[in-house]
Amino acid sequence: MKFTPEQVRALAGQARLGLTDEEAERLAAQLTDVLQEAERLKELDVEGVEPTLFGVQLVNVWRDDAVEASLPRDAALAAAPDVQDGFVKVPRIVEE
Amino acid sequence: MATETMVKPVTEYEVVIGLEIHAELLTDAKVWCGCSTKFGAEPNTQVCPVCMGLPGTLPVLNREAVAYAIKAGLALNCSIAPEARFDRKHYFYPDLPKAYQITQNDHPLCRRGYVEFELGGETRRVGIHHIHLEEEAGKLMHAGDRLMEAEYSLIDYNRAGIPLIEIVTEPDIRSPEEARVFLENLKSILEYTRVSDCRMEQGSLRVDANISLRPKGSTKFGNKAEIKNLNSFRAVQRALEYEVRRQTEILQRGEEVAAETRHWDETKGVTVAMRTKDEEDDYRYSPEPDIPPFEVDPAWVERLRAQLPELPREKQQRFVEQYELPAYDAGVLTADAKVADFFEACVAAYGKPKIVSNWLMGEFLRLLREDGAEVQDVPLTPEGLAELLTLVDRGVISGSIGKEVFEDMFRTGKSAAAIVKERGLEQISDEGELAAVVDQVIAENEDAAAKVRAGEMKTIGFLVGQVMQKTRGKANPKLVNELLRARLVQE
Repeated sequence: MKFTPEQVRALAGQARLGLTDEEAERLAAQLTDVLQEAERLKELDVEGVEPTLFGVQLVNVWRDDAVEASLPRDAALAAAPDVQDGFVKVPRIVEE
Repeated sequence: MATETMVKPVTEYEVVIGLEIHAELLTDAKVWCGCSTKFGAEPNTQVCPVCMGLPGTLPVLNREAVAYAIKAGLALNCSIAPEARFDRKHYFYPDLPKAYQITQNDHPLCRRGYVEFELGGETRRVGIHHIHLEEEAGKLMHAGDRLMEAEYSLIDYNRAGIPLIEIVTEPDIRSPEEARVFLENLKSILEYTRVSDCRMEQGSLRVDANISLRPKGSTKFGNKAEIKNLNSFRAVQRALEYEVRRQTEILQRGEEVAAETRHWDETKGVTVAMRTKDEEDDYRYSPEPDIPPFEVDPAWVERLRAQLPELPREKQQRFVEQYELPAYDAGVLTADAKVADFFEACVAAYGKPKIVSNWLMGEFLRLLREDGAEVQDVPLTPEGLAELLTLVDRGVISGSIGKEVFEDMFRTGKSAAAIVKERGLEQISDEGELAAVVDQVIAENEDAAAKVRAGEMKTIGFLVGQVMQKTRGKANPKLVNELLRARLVQE
């Protein structure tokens, strides 16, 4: 199984990550290695073995229904590419 | 031009509707963090690294959100899972900070419930497939208010992370009207249970509808359309009525209905196919690794069950039995728990349940609707209404003047006696005073009087009306009637 630079670029586009062609090539190669490593796991016989979903066996980790301080708005919006009147501003969502 | 007559085979279709209802839960804090859920704050002021989806943050489940979801499940006759867990649902949309929503895919908290209600004189039961707990996304506002035309959109993440239940019905609903009546009943139950305030105008209750048609008698489902952007129960019914017409026409032409998401356009009264960028059919569900699974202690469920109030249908039944009200009255009065409580307080203060019911179903609910008010905001008290009704009983004011006084009390909270005195509304029951008006009315309406003399008794109502007009509604109508009869009718 192989990861192509085109697939990497498509994924990066959805995740809003800017990649150079060189980075896309390099990541495609690295992700292919990762995938192939994961492929090897398929060789194991796991018939009847319960999937492990969690590394630690915790249950019922709760918080109380108590209000705590939120972030100052400037800090909350600091990483947003565009802001208007305290809102995050994004380009057109719908396609034709 | 040659004409060819095509005889279309007439197929009768059965409508199949299933609903997905999202209801925000009334917790104080969000589901994974301590940010407030309070509605109406300045944009992006109730956010933190957890609900903004910043890297390295860890969500921790608000126990009360689980309790609310369980209560909703119990009120909707669901069984509660002994163990539940969360999953990630991945999709890219600007209102979703993490690019995945934490939800419950195949281990929902509640399963297999139902809602029963009356429709057209029969009892209907709509199944609840399941209820799961998840998080809200942020709120999008589109430039020019319309998603389809907006050049840009603005996002407020205050809503992101508010706990939400999604209630998924079975495809048991058979008409657009039934969808609306089901929703009204569901809303009542959620409000009674105090798990959600169900304010559609504030977005705390939202509905998507799935609708398909199939030939009558068929057991196979047709292709369904999912309708979004339904902003009121009326919109749900209208949009579904439109879809029934649209899909019927497509099927009658022998074509296939496209399985797609459609957007309801309230102004134009149509649904429109909707495509969005990055839309994916595959949500790549995966178990949420940051939130450990949780076990639901049966003793906890029983404690929550014990907290459930009397639910709308039980209350309706009790009203019929205890107050001897018609089922219709009981249904109207119990749709809103606060109206039902107000009714009971009025009956405790005054008695005569049917009379109280008439006033509440008529004037009270009308004024609530007109003012867009909630029962708790109205200054009128049950004791105040009892006082007013007593004045009507004693003949101090007439019933129609009573309505005027009622409106004043409803808005100002003043006592009935004070309003009657202030505005000089006491009923005129003085025979001498009324006789003069009656004589004047007869003199001014000779034709009508002649008709009554000739035995046309229905015209007497017109003369009574004239007297009422001259006395600005204050005349005692019973006495006016007697005086007119004494003058015009040979006994």
